Amino acid sequence: MKKENLYNYILGIADNSLILGQRMGELCGHGPSLETDIACTNISLDLFGQVRSYFQYASKIAGDGRTEDDIAMLRKEREYKNVLLVEQPNTDFAYTLGRQFLFDVYHLAFLKELQKSTDLTLSAIANKCVKEVSYHERFSSDWIKRLGDGTEESKQKMQEAINDLWTYTDELFHQTDADKAMVAEGIGVDVTKLKENYYSDVSQVLEKATLQVPVSKYFQKGGKQGIHTEHLGYLLSDLQYMQRTYPNMEW
Amino acid sequence: MTSTEQNIDERLITILRQVSDPEIPVLSIMDMGVVRSAVIEDGIVKVEITPTYSGCPAMDVIGDDIKNALKDAGYQSDIDLILHPAWTTDWITPRGRKALEDYGIAAPLDAEADKDVLLNNKRIVKCTNCGSQNTRLVSQFGSTACKAQFQCEDCQEPFDYFKCLK
Repeated sequence: MKKENLYNYILGIADNSLILGQRMGELCGHGPSLETDIACTNISLDLFGQVRSYFQYASKIAGDGRTEDDIAMLRKEREYKNVLLVEQPNTDFAYTLGRQFLFDVYHLAFLKELQKSTDLTLSAIANKCVKEVSYHERFSSDWIKRLGDGTEESKQKMQEAINDLWTYTDELFHQTDADKAMVAEGIGVDVTKLKENYYSDVSQVLEKATLQVPVSKYFQKGGKQGIHTEHLGYLLSDLQYMQRTYPNMEW
Repeated sequence: MTSTEQNIDERLITILRQVSDPEIPVLSIMDMGVVRSAVIEDGIVKVEITPTYSGCPAMDVIGDDIKNALKDAGYQSDIDLILHPAWTTDWITPRGRKALEDYGIAAPLDAEADKDVLLNNKRIVKCTNCGSQNTRLVSQFGSTACKAQFQCEDCQEPFDYFKCLK
């Protein structure tokens, strides 16, 4: 493939949204209240919509007849390049929101930079997504403050979720080979430059939420290379069920 | 603002006006601003539409509806989904805003006011039932991707607010 780096780069972005979208979609009918249930599935829908734009573009670049559905649904676990953070399960509502918040802050900053991409399709997608993701970030930040500065129990659960998920945040700022190549061409975002602001933005919200900012120096990585936590396989079997049972279905 | 960037052949305007958003049947897609261009080339109508939200499931239906409306009028057509420039609520025409309000959906405010509204700082969204400004945000996310949920504190009526997107 001629544009392999670009193809892999798009997949890296899209897989984050795909897997997180699936996680949020799991809450359909299971949210703690009607409003939050609708909010989580709305976020899921936004993410899936964004994913379609990315995969349609990836399919064009691959140019080998693979459709957006094939790319989204028919890869094996090792071929998904999402960060470990987004595949973490909906242990309880604090985990769901903690994961969302830790990703949203990154996602928003990332998209703002991607808007400047010299690749016109990617910058157009980013222009569209940034508007939607700013709503996600507002929603998840509000909930972090509400639960952190809430009751004794909600505070303890929120803190526990943030502490547990913290170990997956550093990976957001790791560069893959495709990343480096795309940054060099002015197409990709240099994620290493987002790191400092990310931790200061996240800390600000956590402080407002009267939560402790974790200080761990030990971080998990591997998702970007396709080495996932045990949770992804189960998620994929759910995600891919329809496509594998009834092949060639379309979005 | 509303139509300067649109490029629509005059012969097609009345046909396209008849197509409405499947989620908000009172709102024509023309008043919603999702049709960016419609031109006739070699007897085939080429239409460009842009999604309101990336995940909006109505887009496929809107594309089919346009195709059918044009077919009824004797035109063959190609529908293209474009992402740039990204849709904004500014493209909803005054007529569209009125249709929203009449239908019971509060029309979007400007971006600054929208922030106040969604952070619950100010009470400026009017109840679509009784007109009171004593309304409260129930959730930033509503029945579809483009709406937030509100409730009137005076008449208790729940209603949708069409979120401002810029």
